[in-house]
Amino acid sequence: MKEVYIMNDKRWNHFFKKYRPHDAVAERPSAFTHKTNIIHPFWVMVSKEISDQVRSWRFIIMAALIALTCLGSLYAALAQFGKQSGSAEDAFFFLNLFTLSDGTLPPFTVFISFLGPLLGISLGFDAINSEQNRGTLSRLLSQPIYRDYVINSKFVADLIVISTLFVALGLLVLGSGLIALGIPPTADELSRLIFFILISIIYVAFWLNLSILFSVVFRQAATSALSGIAIWLFFSIFYSMIVDLLARAIAPKGMLTEGQAVQFQNFVLGLMRFNPGQLFSDATITLLMPSVRSLGALTMEQLEGALPTPLPIGQSLLMVWPQVTGLIAGSILLFGLGYYLFMRREIRPR
Amino acid sequence: MAETIIELVNLTKKYRSFTAVDHIHLTVEKGEIFGLLGPNGAGKSTTILMMLGLTEPNEGQAKVCGIDPTRHPIEVKRRVGYLPEDIGFYDDRTGLENLVYTAMLNRISEAEATQKANALLKRVGLENVDGKKTGKYSKGMRQRLGLADVLIKNPQVIILDEPTSGIDPQGVRAFLDLIIELRNEHGLTVLFSSHNLHQVEQVCDRVGIFVQGKICAMGTITDLSRQLFGDADHNLEDIYNSFFDEGGVHHE
Repeated sequence: MKEVYIMNDKRWNHFFKKYRPHDAVAERPSAFTHKTNIIHPFWVMVSKEISDQVRSWRFIIMAALIALTCLGSLYAALAQFGKQSGSAEDAFFFLNLFTLSDGTLPPFTVFISFLGPLLGISLGFDAINSEQNRGTLSRLLSQPIYRDYVINSKFVADLIVISTLFVALGLLVLGSGLIALGIPPTADELSRLIFFILISIIYVAFWLNLSILFSVVFRQAATSALSGIAIWLFFSIFYSMIVDLLARAIAPKGMLTEGQAVQFQNFVLGLMRFNPGQLFSDATITLLMPSVRSLGALTMEQLEGALPTPLPIGQSLLMVWPQVTGLIAGSILLFGLGYYLFMRREIRPR
Repeated sequence: MAETIIELVNLTKKYRSFTAVDHIHLTVEKGEIFGLLGPNGAGKSTTILMMLGLTEPNEGQAKVCGIDPTRHPIEVKRRVGYLPEDIGFYDDRTGLENLVYTAMLNRISEAEATQKANALLKRVGLENVDGKKTGKYSKGMRQRLGLADVLIKNPQVIILDEPTSGIDPQGVRAFLDLIIELRNEHGLTVLFSSHNLHQVEQVCDRVGIFVQGKICAMGTITDLSRQLFGDADHNLEDIYNSFFDEGGVHHE
């Protein structure tokens, strides 16, 4: 009996070897596997980081917080649906789930723009310095891996965690909406939702990279976390106040031509867009409210002849393209800086 | 014992104006247990880091297993196990998980890694605590787990930096015996850095004494005793002390 099993086992192994996609493509070492069941060290590190994150209390707390607010705003949105009668024939009815609010709770997008940074910061603030403080960094680096695997694997793992969380939340809202409303989203709405989730992930990745950078710069995890939170508070609370003050100070006096007023408005908006949160809300509003046709001020002249119809998704995407590019560029810049500092550092045992 | 496994030529490391390692020459042969001695800050750890390619030398060259660690650190790290002073583990994982992780980073499959890790845990006397998180380990247990961690990649050379600090006397004895056993079984080359002269004397074939970034004496203990005192009767402590005044100040 035993022998039969072994035989079978061998046959299965043979079968797997023969039909595994990696092995079919000659024997060159691919990024994923080297030999049949040897995982590339990079992916070993990524999977370890993912399990570290998912098991950690701070992730559980953050995920629970975001899930709760998500449910709260979903409830508020559904309550509002009930009051708005006869709007089911409207185009993009379904997207209201993410943007509608009954005034007691802010809509889902606002929650994400507020809590997303906190999630990013909490995932990354001790990425490098905790390894250093625990003395595991020098042990890790004396293994046959490249040094950048350490920082890259952490980034990739956190990105996977964030993506999974957001896709799950998005689908959760979608599903509950389906059940509650009984109307399926159109293809256009669905693609808008997918882009919304993608932009949310990029936005959180921006803050994640900021906190990874701080974790390289600061030896103490607490310093790194507080610096991240300080910047988050600055942008989410104080930045718009400062821009307001500045705008009031430099506002042109007396009578304005329409052109001047528009120019001034756009200048103030330009200042606001140094805030990543502003970029995110610009992008999500445009995507989730197809009726938004412009993110800046327009003159009457420009509006002349425009039909008040919602934009097709391609046009909406085109409109938020600068915002999305800005967010991606910012993330890359922060990650690059962290990467550079980490690679230049001498690693000593603690 | 003719095969040279570690060769340092003119190796120098400077931090701004401070020279941590000053033009040292050192060769270690296969199967040797070589002791690195010297006070804190004498450049032992920096030399070790340069051998692993974790720090770049300003001048000179290192060759470990015939490979230049500055150019090909990965190849060197595949062959060399390094146990740093006060090694760190992932505290929320068990000893077994920590070992398996290290093994998998060395491209060993998970099944094989688990098997090897269990065997090594047994070897270092930690087989009964493998369900315990390393955060709850005592200092001595951590050092023994560290040794297992170093051995799991089947190294040709192991570098131990202050491996016995914090272990009780019987533990030290067992630890040192294990090192000698491993050398005899597998022909491992061992670099042993320590402040404890007695321990170094017990295990090391040859020693090198570091003073302010230079190696001021190197050889077997009998050789050094003959060179310095004219007879073979002096122990390592006498030799070591002859390089330092009472106040610990070095005299040339």
